[in-house]
Amino acid sequence: MRIGSPKETYAADEALFRTRTQWAWFGVLLAALAGFPFVANLYWLYLVCLVSINVIAVTGLNVLTGYTGQVSLGQAAFMGVGAYTVAWLENHTGSPFPVNLLAGSVVATGVGLIAGLPSLRVKGLYLAIATIAASFILLFIFKNWESVTNGTRGIGIEPPSAFGVALENPDTFYWLVVPVTVVMLLLASNLFRTRIGRAFIAIRDRDISASVLGIDLPRYKLMSFGISAFYAGMAGGLYAYFFGSINPESFPLLMSIFLLAAVIVGGMGSMLGSILGGIFMTLVPELLRYGIDFLGLFMENASAVLSPVRTVVFGLLIVGFLLFEPLGLAEIWRRIRRFFHLWPFRT
Amino acid sequence: MSTLEVDNVSLSFGGVNALNAVSVTVEAGGITALIGPNGAGKTSLFNAVSGFYRPQAGRVLFEGRDISALRCPQRAALGIGRTFQNIALFRGMTVLDNVKLGAHVRTRTGLFSALWYLGRARREETQIREQIEREVFDFLEIDHIRRHPVAALPYGLQKRVELARALAMRPRLLLLDEPVAGMNREEKEDMARFILDVKEQWGVTILMVEHDMGMVMDISDQVYVLNFGQVIASGRPETVQANPEVIEAYLGTDDMTTLRRRLRGESEAA
Repeated sequence: MRIGSPKETYAADEALFRTRTQWAWFGVLLAALAGFPFVANLYWLYLVCLVSINVIAVTGLNVLTGYTGQVSLGQAAFMGVGAYTVAWLENHTGSPFPVNLLAGSVVATGVGLIAGLPSLRVKGLYLAIATIAASFILLFIFKNWESVTNGTRGIGIEPPSAFGVALENPDTFYWLVVPVTVVMLLLASNLFRTRIGRAFIAIRDRDISASVLGIDLPRYKLMSFGISAFYAGMAGGLYAYFFGSINPESFPLLMSIFLLAAVIVGGMGSMLGSILGGIFMTLVPELLRYGIDFLGLFMENASAVLSPVRTVVFGLLIVGFLLFEPLGLAEIWRRIRRFFHLWPFRT
Repeated sequence: MSTLEVDNVSLSFGGVNALNAVSVTVEAGGITALIGPNGAGKTSLFNAVSGFYRPQAGRVLFEGRDISALRCPQRAALGIGRTFQNIALFRGMTVLDNVKLGAHVRTRTGLFSALWYLGRARREETQIREQIEREVFDFLEIDHIRRHPVAALPYGLQKRVELARALAMRPRLLLLDEPVAGMNREEKEDMARFILDVKEQWGVTILMVEHDMGMVMDISDQVYVLNFGQVIASGRPETVQANPEVIEAYLGTDDMTTLRRRLRGESEAA
């Protein structure tokens, strides 16, 4: 039960973590993340790296779709922009990887701002279609701008190295991707403690009254698109380094839909939702694969029979969330927390 | 000097003339009420003042400056605050965040500072929080609900939060669109008191649309009556109340005796 968290200043009441308990849990989380590589095997580290990359992309999309209310199906294409920028810089200039990652994010931001222009005129489904168009145009460019993207053959990228260590396996790459993810999440959380984040939410809830209250809609909509694409660019750059090669097939429209599903399943307009959504969408297919391997012990050629079922079950899980938990996994967490607010005294 | 001057404004949608050469002068430091039957153009006039509609003819002057060409956010930045007829709070935010949003035009935090929550972001957020607590929450007696999501609040409180949001802007002109509609007597009295306090303590000029005649007559200094997009009467509340044209607009063309006779005639027929 949470009791008495008195504050002496308003600054303390505005803090990101308002109680000691929250700080303590955040410390525990960081310690767990730091300790994880020493106990987990390569396979689990691989999964965590993949989850982290997805969480960054999902967080960006959540800023745009969950908080600002602008539906976008272009997130994977923006990831592609980041990935190709990183690949080109790595292979042509040999600049250090932090520079490449930042450059990838910045280029993606620029592309995102242009792709966001239709949002000044249309919203909802129309905007979704407009972003699909942007996505197709970008995929076309990835495929046909041979001199930069190497067309359908794709590009190979050398792994980045830090302090003389090549970050080529999940056990070393972990130390790049997880800290970046933590920082990106903290930045996004900070944003929603300030006037800019509030402006985003206001645009989502009632754009007209937001405008009458002094919020410049075009400016903030584009800013949201830019931030979202920045996150996508970072995720794409990390993706390129992590897998060591990219091609136009790496960032299909399906992946944008996957990221949007992660936002919805996790919880729109919630940072925790971005994390949970990213974890859910990345890990559940793996868990289902485990389940089928397990059934294989009792059943002959289970993998051949059940593999298609895996996709169906995954799809049903998503539909189930839309039906029974429209506020996403984050809402389940909130409900648990509410229960323990009064625990052990029941009302 | 007048705070707001609506000068011969005309506004039409297709064939409907919502406003027809309407001129309204709002004196500084007073409460001006705008009354009239439904569809008379009161809210259209509000929208023309806050910049949501662009009139086809006429000008809107705020503190002597022509603001006809400015967009909504620019007008808000000049100090024109507003509440809405059907509550327009942001349902996904807490009371505190809604009210803080009202202070948007008074803050300058940029994206970079906001992301790191350092420097200006930290300074400004703390500062507006203190101001809101001191000036707005204490004043409107809503400090106990600051962390509540607005969607869960009763109607009367939501209206009060909306007023709080408009006040957080520290407006020089406040447009109130039906501030007491749908309230019970007690809530109405509270709201009337708040509006008078806003006028007297904050020195804010108020223009309000209201259907509650008791309230309009009690608190306003000046009344304008709109009907079919035209100003049909204006002046002190008591003068307007006695104006035959106003009574006609509200009650219909017949005078009371013919109305009574008609009622009696119908009951005899029945």
